[in-house]
Amino acid sequence: MLSLCDPLGHSYNKTMADNLKCSNCNKEATVHLTQIVNNKIHKVDLCESCAQKKGVTDPQGFSLADLLAKSNLTQGLPDLQLVCSNCGLETADFRRTGRLGCSACFQVFADVVRPVLEDMHVGTEHKGKVPEVALTRQNSQAKLQTLRDSLARAIAEEAYEDAATFRDQIKAFETAVAELEATEA
Amino acid sequence: MIESLIKNDRAELTQSAKKASPVVLSTRVRLARNLADAPFPERATSAQRSDILSKCAGHIGDLKAMKEGVFFDVSQLSDLEKQVLVERHLISRELCETEQGSGVMINKDQTCSVMINEEDHLRIQFLKTGFNLNSIWKQVDSFDSDLEKSLDVAFSEEFGFLTACPTNLGTGLRASVMMHLPGLVISDQMERVIRAVNQLGITVRGLFGEGSDATGHVFQISNQQTLGESESEIISRLGNVLKTIIDHELNARFKYLEENRAKLLDKIGRAFGVLQNVHLLTSNEAMNLLSLMRLAVDFHMLPEANRSDVDRLFIECQPGHIQYAAQEGIEPELRDIARADKLREEFSHLPPLIFDKIGESN
Repeated sequence: MLSLCDPLGHSYNKTMADNLKCSNCNKEATVHLTQIVNNKIHKVDLCESCAQKKGVTDPQGFSLADLLAKSNLTQGLPDLQLVCSNCGLETADFRRTGRLGCSACFQVFADVVRPVLEDMHVGTEHKGKVPEVALTRQNSQAKLQTLRDSLARAIAEEAYEDAATFRDQIKAFETAVAELEATEA
Repeated sequence: MIESLIKNDRAELTQSAKKASPVVLSTRVRLARNLADAPFPERATSAQRSDILSKCAGHIGDLKAMKEGVFFDVSQLSDLEKQVLVERHLISRELCETEQGSGVMINKDQTCSVMINEEDHLRIQFLKTGFNLNSIWKQVDSFDSDLEKSLDVAFSEEFGFLTACPTNLGTGLRASVMMHLPGLVISDQMERVIRAVNQLGITVRGLFGEGSDATGHVFQISNQQTLGESESEIISRLGNVLKTIIDHELNARFKYLEENRAKLLDKIGRAFGVLQNVHLLTSNEAMNLLSLMRLAVDFHMLPEANRSDVDRLFIECQPGHIQYAAQEGIEPELRDIARADKLREEFSHLPPLIFDKIGESN
């Protein structure tokens, strides 16, 4: 069964469609967009100026999904009051804008994001390219940092034998990375 | 600022001499990428945005694919210059609206552009004339792999490449093909096609107008979903749908020609006459007339060699380009005069339409 509803969840019949309000600013809507995602009809109504602003007439930037993400797809999400400690984004911000603030947000808001993805995409898990080089580099930097922290702690605790071990490990690690980079270049 | 770009005689979209396909004007693939350690552009302070901009521009400028490329700081561009870049599909309207600290790098032949600090830190796009999804994906893939060697990109095993908007998560890949579909529009089938492909997660929108009756009959068709499928699956799924659309379009054209021969030839003939004699021409009317001229090339009424002229005029007749060529801010009516002058001049050099080869198979 197909049901028509506007971004606020109000349903209406077709005869009312002539004097709809813009879902963004409440002026009279003159641009009506319909899209079927997973057999559900999504509709967005916009006034002339909001349509322009949202880039509806822009061949490059516009996608109905972007508008939907801002409105109905973020409705009915689990009521979690979360804040990202990295960028300060709150659950309410995400609901309002449909946008996340930084890469750390994806850990903080994972439970809020997952249900949004189900209607939006083919699957909810990544199956594509993996940036191997960047990930290896990030991992080795993280590992090096852990070793350096351990070394500093060992020195502070005057555990000189441990410190020597960590120092050797750091040296060996740095040599390995340098060799790897040399072969790649 | 953008003068060298407009005058470039090797620009892909306006100067390509390659034989283009009868239905597809151009193909584009873009990737959305973010840096792992900086807030996304919308949440970044202007100081952070400037840092991101200079860091990214530096790394991108070092890549081989960007050799002899140009960089523009968006805040340094005039409104008209931005509009020209939008009309050339080199930047998005959203980038034009950004505050301080956004930019774009464009390579020499204008096939590659990287927007910095749009909705995501990086929007990498490759764009070429004709229908070649696979080869363009390979190019953008290798560009992305090169960039990853020097930049730490935001990535998670579960969500893939992290993007500000969840609609781009996963691959961050949007492939879109610009299609000229007069046959489907004229035979009232466009609405049906749009509904059918929407069900498959594919979006259709008019390039110069809206809905199923787009000005110039040019539509942009692209994948909607980016997560849960690999890049090659996305590309091949879209490719298969596009091939079906091409078949339908060609069938619709020949069926219409069979059933309404005089009507169709009259339309094309009149359009040609208008283009050779017009003195006032709006952008919309120009797109519609040029659409008929592209059809004339497809039907062998005009030489194949003139196809690239028609495709170039699609871009050069848009308001920004007409104004830019006039070197001053001109009113809409003067713009319509300038556009008419340009087309009259261009079409005075074309050979007359040939009506006896029509319908020979492509």
